[in-house]
This record gives sequence, structure tokens and C-alpha cells, in this order.
Amino acid sequence: MALVQNFPFAAIMLYLAGGVTCCVLKPKASKWVCLVLNMLVTGLMFSVLLFTVHTGESYVYWMGHFPAPWGNEIRIGPLEALMGTAFPLVMTLTLLGGMEHIFEDVEPEKVNLYFTVVSLLMVSMLALVFTNDLFTAYVFVEINTIASCALVMLKYKSGRALVATTRYLIMSLLGSGLFLLGIIILYSITGHLLMQPMSARIQELFASGEYAFPLTVTIGLFSVGMALKSALWPFSAWLPDAHSSATAASSGILSGLVIKSYIVLLIKIFYRVLGSEEILSSGVTDVLFLFGVGAMVFGSFYALKEKDIKRLLAYSSVAQVGYIYAGIGLGTKAGMIAACVQILVHAATKPMLFCTSAGFMSVSGGSRRFEDLRGAGRRDPLSGIAFTVGALSMIGIPLFAGFVTKLWLTRALLSRLGWKLWIGIAALVLSTVLNALYYIPTVSLLFGRRNDHRFDDTKPQKDYSYLIAIVCFIVLNFLLGTCSEPVTGIIETGLSVLS
Amino acid sequence: MGSNLMTNYFEATAVICFGIGFTMLFLNKNLIKKVIGFNFMDSSIFLFLASNGYISGRISPIITNSSVSSENYINPIPAGLVLTGIVVSVSVTAFLLALTTRLYLRYHTLELDEMIRLSNAEET
Repeated sequence: MALVQNFPFAAIMLYLAGGVTCCVLKPKASKWVCLVLNMLVTGLMFSVLLFTVHTGESYVYWMGHFPAPWGNEIRIGPLEALMGTAFPLVMTLTLLGGMEHIFEDVEPEKVNLYFTVVSLLMVSMLALVFTNDLFTAYVFVEINTIASCALVMLKYKSGRALVATTRYLIMSLLGSGLFLLGIIILYSITGHLLMQPMSARIQELFASGEYAFPLTVTIGLFSVGMALKSALWPFSAWLPDAHSSATAASSGILSGLVIKSYIVLLIKIFYRVLGSEEILSSGVTDVLFLFGVGAMVFGSFYALKEKDIKRLLAYSSVAQVGYIYAGIGLGTKAGMIAACVQILVHAATKPMLFCTSAGFMSVSGGSRRFEDLRGAGRRDPLSGIAFTVGALSMIGIPLFAGFVTKLWLTRALLSRLGWKLWIGIAALVLSTVLNALYYIPTVSLLFGRRNDHRFDDTKPQKDYSYLIAIVCFIVLNFLLGTCSEPVTGIIETGLSVLS
Repeated sequence: MGSNLMTNYFEATAVICFGIGFTMLFLNKNLIKKVIGFNFMDSSIFLFLASNGYISGRISPIITNSSVSSENYINPIPAGLVLTGIVVSVSVTAFLLALTTRLYLRYHTLELDEMIRLSNAEET
């Protein structure tokens, strides 16, 4: 076994150790521990990505070197390595971009706990991406739930954040309850928890026609459970409050990464446990497609009415999650590639938008309302430019990341004749128009002139970490938008070795 | 479909209890009742698991001086899963109760709708 193959497990253990260390350190020290750890893991995972792309295969890592029926396994292929590289990278940039506000928004003596929670969140997200065992997946789903709720509620003295956390936690618990019931039913039918033997047994059952009804029920339970947790419309009522009342970095992490980790897990379950043909024949993909299309339209529609910049971005997340589910719901390989591309594109764009929203708020007296934000892009030009780039990307202008998603989604739609083609195309066009209808007025408002001189003397934050983060995000957006072929190539090989 | 209900009565009961707990967690307005609902939901899953592991006429897998053949023992894996599940459910319950305490001290109510109203009024 090559040294590189140990890195995914090492990354999880490093984050665990880092999380424990952060909770006894001083805030400044824990900040550096967390940042260095994230950069280190990004580097480690990048080498794993190069290794898996070079071999073009996936490998299974036995934890503690006990073979299959006794030990626990993680499995890494090109797709998992790509997600495993993207998650710590985006996490590093989001933390850098929101660092100043973390120290303002979190209770001063508890800032180190913020970094503990972030490290534990990364443990659970990486474990969800790598796991090869369904019950392990459940345990880390719950850890992810607790850590992400803690990120929302760590905002100091905000009653609204507490209420939003409670609602978020309750919806998440409903989702993980359904997910657990699905796992238990599958376990009682097949007698396995590891994905590979379970999948082999399920193929036999499908061939013989036994247990057809319980299997369909479990597919539904997994889909609804994960849809609840990743805020697919109509289960997305909790998202705008939870994502908008947290501090900027938390909002970026929750929108950009946490909801994606559940979708990656769902894709893994679809491919590795249930088998894609069985999913197609059960009709669940059709339902996911309709919900995804609904999210694309209704998320944008609600955003149109919003007069609060963070809630606007949160509703935009609902719409963008809809694109992912529409891609999954198409049930073709091209659709799945579009979904995976969208996961990366949204992870590269939305955290940037949330970080800039914090920049605007600090030059507008801390207000999130549009009437106070008028002209904020002039007072803080860096954030203004970054917001414009993000907005253009979300609308889907060529050269920016969002265009690649729309290109792949259209390609996937055109290869599928029938009702999905027409509904999909109509929703894509409508959603793009609606995106433009709320992002372009917001950009023009941010660069508009104020009639009063209320905020004339406010200066933008002079913070090098913010500058570095925003520039990196913009570069990442251009890179994804202009040279997406290597990324889609990796996703394609990753999906083909996934099953 | 319904013919197996009587033979699998443990599983049937567990799923009915799951439904009750789920509805309670989802629809009840009172936070304490939501916590109770959550625990009811998780316990029903533990019942499902525990009943799956039990094989009648066999003993728990603790080897004393008797034989080591697996024919004599029940399946211990579901019990292990139940233990893991209990750990998860205890920690989530603690978190939810801590949140409830904080919210009660702040708004002096346990009704979620009332809290949403009060917190929105606070902000504007």
C-alpha cells in the first residue's frame, strides 16, 4: 500500500486531534491551528486526488487493518478525492474571509470553541464522503447535524439565531430519523452494513423480486431523509433563517459545504448500495426531479421578494440545491455529472457571496437591509467586485463557474427526450431569468449613489486574510468557468468507478 | 402484504411508534414534547433492531465454559448498533434540551411559534 493511500484516514484523525486541541487553546492560537490544519489537509487530499486520477481506480482502506466482515472500511476513488480536496479548500478560504466577523460575532471567551466545532464538522463531512459503511454514515450524519447547528447558535446574544438553530435541529433530526429507519430496514433484509456485500444482496433480491415493497420504501426513506437535511424544496423552510442569522463564515460553510456533504452521501448510496437501474425503476428519481425543478423556480421566486441581503443569498441557495437535485433526478450519467459540477460550483461561489455580504454590512452600520446597503459597493470596492463576480456566476454568464453547470444540465436534458426535457428546459430558462431579476438589481443597488451621507466616513475593513480569500475565490470561479474539462473528466471517471 | 403483520409484530409496532414519534417531533408546538417525540422515535428504532437480533431459545454471546459454536448464541451486532444509537440519541437530546433551556430563559415560553414571533419582533 502506497503512503498516499493512508492520507484520507489521516486527514480525519488530524481533524479530530485538531478539534480536541482547539478547545484548550487561546482563541488566536486555535485560529492558527484550525487554518494550518485545513491547508495541510487540502494538500494531503490533493496528493490523494493526483494518485487516484493517475491510477483511475478506487481503493478500499481497512481501518485498523481488519478485513471486511469485522473491520470498518473507507473507500476513496477520484470523485471522493475531488470532494475531499474541495471541502477543506473552500473551508480554508471561507474561514479566512469571515475571520474578522468570527471574532466580532462569537462570545470572546468561546471563539476557540468555534474552531473546535469547525474541525469536528470537517471530520464528519470527510467521513460522509469517504465512508463505505452505512451505520458509520448514520453516526457521522448526526455529528454533522450537531456541529452545524452549533455553528449557527455560536452567534453572540442573538435570540433569532437560537430560534433558527432549534428549527434547523428539529428538521435535521426528522431527516436523520428517516435515514436511520431506512438503514435498519435494509440491514434486516440483507444482513449487511458494508456497502459492497449489501449491494450484492440487493441485486439478488431485485432479480428474484423478493422484498420489492420494502426496498422501494427504503429508497424513499433515504431520499426524503437526505432531502430534508439538504433543504430540497418543499422541505427548505428552515434554511433561510438558519443560514442568514449565523455569522458570515458559518453561513458560507453551511450553504457551501454542509448541505453538499449529504448530497454526496445520497449519490454514493444510490450508486454503491441500491444500484442505478433499481433507482430508476422505482420512480423516486422522477419525484426528486420535480422537487428539484420546483426548487429552481420557487427558491428564485422567494429571493425576488427579499429585502435582506443574507436572506436573499439563502433563498438563492435553495434554488441552487434545486439544480443539483434536478441533475440527479434526470437519472442519466450526464445528469449526475451536472449535479456533481453544481456541487463544486456552488461551493466555490456561495461562501464568497456570504463573505462579501459581511463586508457590505460592516460599511453600512451592521445593517442587512437594502435601504442601508445602497452604495456599499462603492464604499468597499473589493467586496463589490467579488459580489458582482458571484452574481454573474449564479446567473450563468459564460466565463464564470455557474455557466458550466447550466451547460452540463442543458446537455443532460437534451439527451433525454420526453416530459423531463420540456419541464427541465422551461424551469432552467425561468430560473435563469429570475436569478438575473434579483441579482442584477442588487448589484446596481450596491453600486448606486446614496442621497444622504450617513455612511460616508465608514472605511472598509483592512484585513489581508479577507483580501487573500476573496481573490482566491474569484480566481477559483474563473478557473472553474474557463477550464472545467479536467474537473468534469475526474467526475466522469469517479462516477464510473463508483458502482 | 398485510399477512406478515402478525408474524412480524415487533417490527410493525416499532414502525407505528416511529410514526407517532415522528409526527410529535414534527407537528407539536411545545419544545419539551418535541424532545419526548424525538426520544420515542429513536427508541422505536432500537426496538426494531433489538428484536431483529434476538433468536428465541438462544443465550447471549458470553463464552463461559460451554461450547463456542455460534449455534448457541443470539446475534450481538444489533445490540452493538443499539448502543451506538443510544449514545447519539442521548447527545442530541442533551443539545436540544440545552437549547430549550436557553430559549426559555430568554422568552419565558416553550411554544416554538411564540418564540419565532418574539424573536422577529426583537430584531425589528
